[in-house]
Amino acid sequence: MNDPIIKTEDLRFSYTNAEGESPVVLGGVDLQIEKGSFVAVLGHNGSGKSTLAKHMNAILLPSGGKVYVSGTDTADEEKLLDIRRTVGMVFQNPDNQIVANVVEEDVAFAPENLGVAPEEIRRRVDEALQAVGMYEYREHAPHLLSGGQKQRIAIAGVIAMEPECIVLDEPTAMLDPVGRADVLRTVKQLNRTKGVTVVIITHHMDEAAQADRLVVMAKGKVVADGTPKEVFQDVEGLKAVGLTVPDTTELLWQLRQAGQDVPLDALSDEECARALYDLLNN
Amino acid sequence: MALKDITLGQYFPGTSPLHRMDPRTKLIGIVLYIVALFLAKSVLTYGIMFAILATLIAISRVPLKSILRGMKPVVFILVFTAILNLLYTPGETVLVHWWILTVTLEGVRAAIFMVVRIMMLITATFLLTYTTSPILLTDGIESLLRPLKHIRVPVHELAMMMSIALRFIPTLIEETDKIMSAQRARGADFESGSLLRRAKALVPLLVPLFISAFRRADELAVAMECRCYHGGDGRTRLRRLTYRALDWFTIAAALLMCVGIFVLGRFGL
Repeated sequence: MNDPIIKTEDLRFSYTNAEGESPVVLGGVDLQIEKGSFVAVLGHNGSGKSTLAKHMNAILLPSGGKVYVSGTDTADEEKLLDIRRTVGMVFQNPDNQIVANVVEEDVAFAPENLGVAPEEIRRRVDEALQAVGMYEYREHAPHLLSGGQKQRIAIAGVIAMEPECIVLDEPTAMLDPVGRADVLRTVKQLNRTKGVTVVIITHHMDEAAQADRLVVMAKGKVVADGTPKEVFQDVEGLKAVGLTVPDTTELLWQLRQAGQDVPLDALSDEECARALYDLLNN
Repeated sequence: MALKDITLGQYFPGTSPLHRMDPRTKLIGIVLYIVALFLAKSVLTYGIMFAILATLIAISRVPLKSILRGMKPVVFILVFTAILNLLYTPGETVLVHWWILTVTLEGVRAAIFMVVRIMMLITATFLLTYTTSPILLTDGIESLLRPLKHIRVPVHELAMMMSIALRFIPTLIEETDKIMSAQRARGADFESGSLLRRAKALVPLLVPLFISAFRRADELAVAMECRCYHGGDGRTRLRRLTYRALDWFTIAAALLMCVGIFVLGRFGL
């Protein structure tokens, strides 16, 4: 197995609020993200999932414990640029992460900051825009694009940095269903074709279900970790931390509660239909 | 109030030689033009300056109507300048004398010259903003002011601020529209009442707008840091500005214009 690209060791984080209290946001997270994997971090509001994401490229530094990116401690200020270049981050609101008023200028922003030569910037910008399927919009003004398109521009802006890993912090929360599907497809494709490690923070079950690995957070701790099929089988456990399960799992679980013998690991619509078919045939 | 109508930069995309020129050339050209304008003192030199401007407008293919429309907000200043010049220029040939007001021939002359000068100055700057996209303009200013870095003027930071401001104008206008609709839906009235009343109605609009602008700024700063922004040091650019033959020719011509007008002035023309 490869070295993990991101590794947290007993990561703890708390801050002091205006009332002088120090709520614990992360209470000891041990996590390893393997190179090339597609990981979803699922959690309710206030579960600490966004805070965890912000530790992955040193936007926040741990109050306790350690975070390593490709073996480098994120607390090492001299390596800050290396860390940020290795792990790119995409945020919720596409409007607030686009810097320039022409699409290609925005995508060029990161390589420009890294001092890449102009010809190489050109190549990276074209490649990044093609990867997210926005090449024909390269000379458009970002504010005239739809939410999903803007978010894909933001992703291109991160890819142009050629990071090994992209962390997406609820990238679809402000998008319509079409935009959501576009963004998710783009991210998946990046993972499959370019081998970019993807960590997607979300509270949408259907998005989480598409990952290779699912990490569930609650109250600043990891409460479940495994493939989506494994994790979603623990319906009671997920409900206990305020999360729902995908409709397919929910249906099978209800049937089980009613005393029917159905498998719980049928996650996709087809699998679920197959399970129901088998049930009716018997 | 239609906020969408506000355009900034007022850029007219086009392919004329003026559009394709390096923004720095145009900036240098405009400065030289303004200098020459202030050196011009006679009908002849004004005529030359006018001819140059007319030629440039013709080359740029910017519709004359939009230039004239741009004059509207400055009409007041023009009238004001004209009246001041008319009344306060000392001279011998008194045309009208009434109470404490005296209008002299010199005054009329000065007023006309001043108004024409201001109009030409404004038209020339319009020509710059009409033919140059705001990004290129910012790039040009940054590039031209770069020497000032040595005396610790934060040139890169200023240019960055300018381009981010330009980037967020449409976003904030959209947001203002949204907040206004939300307030209107709850009975807010932005359009009637006295000026004071209307100003007061804007307070509940500005507060959420400011709060959201600050939140945006905060998020943008983090996003920029995530993309390895660390100031202007060691930064490269996708698009490099390059002077071409046309640019050198234009700068030379502009210099020649300045010298020419100065020399003509020396000969009392």
